[in-house]
Amino acid sequence: MTRKQRRLTLIGTAGVVLAVALSLILVVLRDNLVFFQSPTEITEKAIPPGQRIRLGGLVEEGSVIWTDNAEVSFKVTDTANTVAVTYKGILPDLFREGQGVVTEGVIGPNGVFVADSVLAKHDENYMPKEVAEALKAQGHWQGENAAAN
Amino acid sequence: MLVEFGHFALVLAFALTLVQCFVPLWGGLTSDERLMAVAPPVSVLTFVLVLLSFAVLTAAYLNSDFSVLNVIENSHSAKPLLYKFTGVWGNHEGSMLLWVLILVFFGALVGLFGGNLPKDLRAVTLSVQGWVSAGFLLFLLATSNPFARVTNPPLEGGDLNPILQDIGLAIHPPLLYVGYVGFSITFSFAIAALILGRLDAAWARWVRPWTLLAWCFLTLGIAMGSYWAYYELGWGGWWFWDPVENASFMPWLAGTALLHSAIVMEKREALKVWTVLLAIFTFSLSLLGTFLVRSGVLTSVHAFATDPARGVFILALLCFFIGGSLTLYAWRAPMLKQGGLFAPISREGGLVLNNLFLTAACAAVFVGTLYPLVLDATTGEKISVGAPFFNLTFGPLMVPLLLAVPFGPVLSWKRGDLLAALQRLYAALGLAIVMVIFTFWLWGMQKVLAPLGVGLAVWVMAGAISEIITRVRVFDVGVKRGFARLTGLPGSAWGTALAHFGIGLTVLGIVTASAFQEERVQTMRPGDTISLVGYDVTFDGAAPRRGPNYTEEVGHFTIRQGGTIVTELDPSKRVYTARQMPTTEAAIHTTGFSQLYLSLGESRGDGAVDVRVYFKPLITLIWIGCIIMSIGAVCSMADRRLRIGAPKPAAKSKAAGALPAE
Repeated sequence: MTRKQRRLTLIGTAGVVLAVALSLILVVLRDNLVFFQSPTEITEKAIPPGQRIRLGGLVEEGSVIWTDNAEVSFKVTDTANTVAVTYKGILPDLFREGQGVVTEGVIGPNGVFVADSVLAKHDENYMPKEVAEALKAQGHWQGENAAAN
Repeated sequence: MLVEFGHFALVLAFALTLVQCFVPLWGGLTSDERLMAVAPPVSVLTFVLVLLSFAVLTAAYLNSDFSVLNVIENSHSAKPLLYKFTGVWGNHEGSMLLWVLILVFFGALVGLFGGNLPKDLRAVTLSVQGWVSAGFLLFLLATSNPFARVTNPPLEGGDLNPILQDIGLAIHPPLLYVGYVGFSITFSFAIAALILGRLDAAWARWVRPWTLLAWCFLTLGIAMGSYWAYYELGWGGWWFWDPVENASFMPWLAGTALLHSAIVMEKREALKVWTVLLAIFTFSLSLLGTFLVRSGVLTSVHAFATDPARGVFILALLCFFIGGSLTLYAWRAPMLKQGGLFAPISREGGLVLNNLFLTAACAAVFVGTLYPLVLDATTGEKISVGAPFFNLTFGPLMVPLLLAVPFGPVLSWKRGDLLAALQRLYAALGLAIVMVIFTFWLWGMQKVLAPLGVGLAVWVMAGAISEIITRVRVFDVGVKRGFARLTGLPGSAWGTALAHFGIGLTVLGIVTASAFQEERVQTMRPGDTISLVGYDVTFDGAAPRRGPNYTEEVGHFTIRQGGTIVTELDPSKRVYTARQMPTTEAAIHTTGFSQLYLSLGESRGDGAVDVRVYFKPLITLIWIGCIIMSIGAVCSMADRRLRIGAPKPAAKSKAAGALPAE
């Protein structure tokens, strides 16, 4: 092989690998984006059942009901609208009524949000940024500093 | 008074780094030896000053000096001594101080042990290190002063985040930072080479030990962080593709690529321009990681505090260093001479392939991590990119790479023979196929990918072992001489084999723990039993207990196997008194390489409690593999040719040893 052919092989292989990688990234990215929605957005927009979304807001006071076998149902609110959520599994330590929460899952046929993960993590003052902004949009928000510290 | 002394030492260190920025650089450019000679003592002195300042902050924590704001916010007099000590870096200011301490420590190492480097290279390298140090010292002093005082000291502090009150905090951040920041030296070397316009095989030989050192610590740091998250968060997961994890994983991928391309450059003087670019990228990704974690754009356990000024400052530093170095690269790189030629099928070709896949994988992680942030900043749309994205992009890119791993070391330089290489790997291939069949037989056909994954891992591991065996030629020379040859193998050969064996082990652990894991989530009353892969887990009841700065509800479980008691486990739910913050303490039983993992959920009253039980087959291999990779790095560093004091390379002997035995 000549110098030129060698260089071409090298560049060709690199090009193919990078092109495959890039198309892989783009295709997978398109299918795996999960959009964050507030309860109001879910109520107003028609979200097809089966599409994965992230739902965030406050856990409504008095809405947490423990059913048997480690199942729990609760309501997520942004003070204007609420969405009912069911979840099977162990809730994070900082899950509490009145606290911010982000859940991920799909909307079931009966309009109940079936979550497969619930996040309320790491810090007692932790307010997911999306939740803070969703609440701000509803005009129920006191100050930036309470959110992240 | 002492606290002000610490602050003053930090200011003085900043002033010194300014000297280090300009004087040696000018000396290097004008070949003025007196100016160049300034660099080593200044770098050592800077380190001593930052160390003093770090010691002062530590003393403030150990004495619970609640006149210091940082101590008030992150300590408590009842906190156990170990956590008073580790709490020094369990907050934004302290951890940045640790970051800078390690940065100047590396500078001092080059100052102290760089005696065999060309004088101008050492001076300019230290000068670049001075620029980085000055930038981050200024960041500390201007936006994150750990020594700020309050006028009316309170009697008690606010305590450290309970999640951080763990031995993990003593180990994970220092290891990770040595890795992260260690790449600054490689970066400084690369920039110095660009400034001086000189880049040769010797340069690669000087750079490789530093890269190995940083990579070794980064590997351990990431592994430790993963294990910590695994047992502390109580979710049983060991990797979440969380942006903060990705922030440390991207420099690791780039660093691994750098490690391999530097070999090509050292042995064959090829890939020069690419190696320098990788060195710049690796440290840029470290800086990006620091930005992501420290600026507060991400909310996580690592973002201790959010202050917009800090984010902007780090972003400015990031732009300055990355933009500056890439500009310099665009300007100077074309002047570097290209070296050795090689055929596509050759050791060089294999290493290029390694670099291609690693950088592509790194790019996938990069896109997944930054896309949500960029979209939020530009359109305000909130999205998240979850684990499936990373699994579906990163996974497929790793498969061809892992398939190619055993080929690399058996191909010869310049022009290799794929068929001859495969012949040397027949045993490994056979073993891998046997393992695939065995796994299918064991688990049936319901999982197709997992047995193939097991086969891939075995292929990589067996390839590493057969590499050592072929080198020793134990079948030709007999056991006795073979043993002599074994001990006589160069450190780098052991390094390669161990690192490749380690990655195989890690992959094996990942595959088995994810594909064959068993999980039960159930509400249990005292006396209830859960059966899981042959274990009977009986809940005996829960009782309260008091710790030094927390109270906890401890569940007592008896684990039986066929009626005989295997062990007793006590997972608990804690509430830390000062912050009234609950945490979950999982209980883990290790059998062989597998683990039984128990964590508690909500209490339901009348003694019932939610329990999550996992059986994770071979999961510990994930971390054991990482430790073996690090041992491999240490072996490579111990290689004579790379020893920092080694005067003359003996590269020929290695190249000769690598030729096919036939």
